[in-house]
Amino acid sequence: MAEEVWVFAEHQDKKIRKVSLELLVKGREFADRLGVELAVLLLGSGVDGLGEELTTYADRVYQWDNPLLDKYNSEVYLQIISNFVKKENPQIFLAGATFLTRDFFPRLAARMETGIAVDCVNLDVDGNNLLMARRPLFGGKVLADVVCRKGRPQIALVRPNTFPLLTTKGTRKGKVHKLMVDVDSSQLKLQVVEILGSAKERLDLTEAEIIVTGGRGMKGPENFKLLEELADVLGATVGASRAVVDSGWKPHGDQVGKSGKTVSPKLYFAVGVSGAIHHIMGMDTSKVVIAINKDQRAPIFQYADYGIVGDLFEFLPLLTKELKEAFGSR
Amino acid sequence: MNIVVLVKQVPDSEAMVQVKANGSGVDIEEKYTLNFFDSLALEEALQIKEKIGSGKVTLITLGTQKSVEALRTGIAMGADEAFLLEDQALMEGDEYTTAKALAKAINGMDYDLVFCGKEAFDDSSGAVGPIVAEFLGIPHVTSVVKVDVSSDEQTVTVEREIEGGKEIIKAGLPVLLASQKGLNEPRVPPITGVMKAMREEVKRLDLNDIDVSPGEVGRQGAKEEIVRFYRPPKRPPVTMIEGEMIDVVRELVKFLKEKIRTL
Repeated sequence: MAEEVWVFAEHQDKKIRKVSLELLVKGREFADRLGVELAVLLLGSGVDGLGEELTTYADRVYQWDNPLLDKYNSEVYLQIISNFVKKENPQIFLAGATFLTRDFFPRLAARMETGIAVDCVNLDVDGNNLLMARRPLFGGKVLADVVCRKGRPQIALVRPNTFPLLTTKGTRKGKVHKLMVDVDSSQLKLQVVEILGSAKERLDLTEAEIIVTGGRGMKGPENFKLLEELADVLGATVGASRAVVDSGWKPHGDQVGKSGKTVSPKLYFAVGVSGAIHHIMGMDTSKVVIAINKDQRAPIFQYADYGIVGDLFEFLPLLTKELKEAFGSR
Repeated sequence: MNIVVLVKQVPDSEAMVQVKANGSGVDIEEKYTLNFFDSLALEEALQIKEKIGSGKVTLITLGTQKSVEALRTGIAMGADEAFLLEDQALMEGDEYTTAKALAKAINGMDYDLVFCGKEAFDDSSGAVGPIVAEFLGIPHVTSVVKVDVSSDEQTVTVEREIEGGKEIIKAGLPVLLASQKGLNEPRVPPITGVMKAMREEVKRLDLNDIDVSPGEVGRQGAKEEIVRFYRPPKRPPVTMIEGEMIDVVRELVKFLKEKIRTL
């Protein structure tokens, strides 16, 4: 049982998050190469169905189902998971790099006296069976390969959209292990009072496969409906540049860039975005970048695969219309 | 209320960073600045102190002589006291060892709140703050966009950004809070502050002051090891799509139809 490869399963609105499924596919590859079992950790309230779903990916699903876990609380998660890591001694522990994991995993690593590699853009197992994690430094100007020789488990938090999903349904028949939550809630120093607004109809920017981002060239918040319409046809999420957020046209949660969100979609539209270095640092790992700007000297074109010089107010409605005709109603 | 703020001097986002030919390290252009998220942390600490009307804001950084600049910026903004934790044995550490040394230094201080930035611009790790809280044995909240200290100064209510929403969390003091963009607008240091910062003494701490052995910190104590640095692959040159807008759009749609299927 020991030496397993573990994946932390995150879920939102009764669905396993995409990044967790991506890591289960990668985790399977590592477990097979290392000749060990793949296990997944699931914490929540009313998560039986999700546990069953995960058995198609993993050999073991460690499941804690308790009303105390309805809302994420770092103290509760830390207690449960650190005790279980001590007991089971996994060799690798992977999770998506999200607000939730970035909150408690560093602390978990320290409690286990091991290292952590955050915001990884690639993972591999090297010739010595060590986890090799690739991290961007200096906003992606440099990449670094890091290993952890001096602690277990080897922990990596991976940027969403780094690894592909399975194209078919998983075929494993793993086992669910239902575990008790043994936490004294009277000892907790943190209390989650309320969660405001979740249940979004669109994927979060960090997990979106297609993003259409508007910059200062959008001229005002009222024009973002043009991007929303394009996003509807593409099944995309709408982002904003720093200039747009700092002008108060869009909330900070929509910001792509170094002081906002770092994104890695398959397809990225930069619409009326000049391409300041801050912005590039947040989207340069996108697979295909399409930029439209009225200024042919805009720096964004140096970071794009396809560029269009022109008026975005002419471009956007035309593109939305032509796409609707080409794809029908998606 | 006494507040400790963790700060870091980092390369400016415009600074050139070159990988050494053998991949063993990087050369960074001499353009450094106080980490953006740390300036939010300090601003919040100052506002809390000003509102309560008493207490002390203390800065601490782990680094080298270069880091004094971050401390001077912080003093100019209004911090009362600044510590540089510097020792040869602390060099080339990771998040674990950095946090361990900082926590040892903070442990000896009188504090109710610890503030830090959500992450540093150079490594974007965001791990040091939560790990400092672990070593101090206090709770922490990351990605904080709003802070309210209760009138009895025993608890804080904070808002934390999460995907697509916010969490409201109540915490007993002391607690460590990591600031996210949106928390406040950091002040521009007043000229009197800049003058004070030039005169003010930066206090220095080394390994002897913090009760840590050389083997526990720096390169020797680090859990993570960087094997190699390298340049990210460059995107091929851009293909410009030219012509009348309707033709441009049609060509793009043709391309997208193909791409969206295969991507």
